[in-house]
Amino acid sequence: MSVTTEMHRVTGPAASARRIAAMVRRYWYLIRGSWPRLAELAYWPTVQMILWGLVSQFFMTQSSWLAQAGGVLIAGVLLWDLLFRGQIGFTICFLEEMWSRNLGHLFVSPLRPWELVVALITMSAIRTVLGGVFAAVIAILLYEFSIFDLGLPLLAFFLVLMGMGWGIGMVITAIVLRAGLGAESLAWVAMFALAPISAVYYPVETLPEAVRWLAWLTPSAHVFEGMRALMVEGVFRWDLLGRALLLDVVYLGIGAATFAWAFAKAREEGKLLQTGE
Amino acid sequence: MTPALEVRNLTKSFGTVRAVDDVSFSVPSGATVALLGGNGAGKTTTISMLLGLLLPTSGAVRALGHDLVRDRYAVLHRMNFSSPYVELPHRLTVGQNLIVYAELYGVSDAKGRVAELADRLHIADLLDRPAGKLSAGQKTRVALAKALVNHPDLLLLDEPTASLDPDTGDWVRRYLEEYRADTGATMLLASHNMAEVERLCDSVLMLRAGKIVDQGSPAELLAKYGRRTMEDVFLDIARDRRAEPEAEPASDEVPA
Repeated sequence: MSVTTEMHRVTGPAASARRIAAMVRRYWYLIRGSWPRLAELAYWPTVQMILWGLVSQFFMTQSSWLAQAGGVLIAGVLLWDLLFRGQIGFTICFLEEMWSRNLGHLFVSPLRPWELVVALITMSAIRTVLGGVFAAVIAILLYEFSIFDLGLPLLAFFLVLMGMGWGIGMVITAIVLRAGLGAESLAWVAMFALAPISAVYYPVETLPEAVRWLAWLTPSAHVFEGMRALMVEGVFRWDLLGRALLLDVVYLGIGAATFAWAFAKAREEGKLLQTGE
Repeated sequence: MTPALEVRNLTKSFGTVRAVDDVSFSVPSGATVALLGGNGAGKTTTISMLLGLLLPTSGAVRALGHDLVRDRYAVLHRMNFSSPYVELPHRLTVGQNLIVYAELYGVSDAKGRVAELADRLHIADLLDRPAGKLSAGQKTRVALAKALVNHPDLLLLDEPTASLDPDTGDWVRRYLEEYRADTGATMLLASHNMAEVERLCDSVLMLRAGKIVDQGSPAELLAKYGRRTMEDVFLDIARDRRAEPEAEPASDEVPA
């Protein structure tokens, strides 16, 4: 081994942390250097917030249930956006590598796939917090509703929803790695397939009985039920949180396994060098 | 001495197509070896397997004493790669790209190393420019800087001077010679530039239809095929013309 190389190298867990930080830095450079990317982080949550805030204000004059629990729709919008941002933040960062045809360079470096996944998760959290905080401030300013009034449960909801978003993000990333950039639109649309059964704006009981079991297989339905229990009844449902966390573990496990499988297949088929449609 | 690169019975099939077929060779430590062949001969597939980006169907690759299929992370920090077909992210500046790669490779003083490379490769004035807004020559110098960021002991170069003007091409070749002389690094390069091969390489591996069909030093191959230039040797091999010491000169050659 050359003396020069060893003298200049960081090794062990510190090297892993450094590689993860390098990838986060790479994505941060990208956001920092592009105002459309920065604006995009806040744009959609803000539009959603304004729209649903107005809907909410109207319903509060029409419905005693909503009048009792002011802000339940706005909280739903904000938490749904956390879930969506968590997933898309993960997937978009990976797509950036495919768009710039950079996977070949990345994976001849010592970067491990799991390190990339941790970097994508970190970046997704940063993007979500940036967009989410902006929308939350808008809600305070326009509707005098502060999501932060939920207190510590908000942190639990945030973690569960982000975990679910990352699990689904890994599956979508795996599909794009297998199918090429022709499948990239999944990044924007896939999560919405889960919106009806996530019971974001209505209780799970509203769903047809035949699909309720499907709703209970999503961590998100537990979070939104928990959110309503907290806001309407003033009760924090530990049982819902526990089940949501267990489901998160399953989602993350399935996501990680799918990503690992797609990565192994990409190495088998030479797709890391020839990313594209 | 253990070879820097040792390839044994390397085979890669895509369905029924054998892109690389039972290839074996070794590259001694400190040598520069060319991997030549026409389009579709299997060069990129071979290099992808040597980098661990592509899993072989069968066979083994050892780089710097480590199995590249099973133990690639033990050695990737000592290798690097450059190709005109794999670009750096366009929206990051040259400096940002190089810092990110220096950190990925665990270079302890990333900023210092980037400054040193910027000085040696004359890219200091490019550090603040987006990587996507460089000319072909500038991109090549930046790609070379990325490939050298970790002081690699083993360097794989895919067409290092493709689409460069003669001046920049010469400059890159000179720098690679200097790097090898300074560090004793081993290099494997795929190229279509036969003058480059003659100048840089100790030996040549000729690929056709996924197989190594000939190998030797440029001087040995020139003698074997009775040609004056590697260009003609390349054509003979690519067109499956047999090596004959008494072979007739190519039509555009002036007889001695």
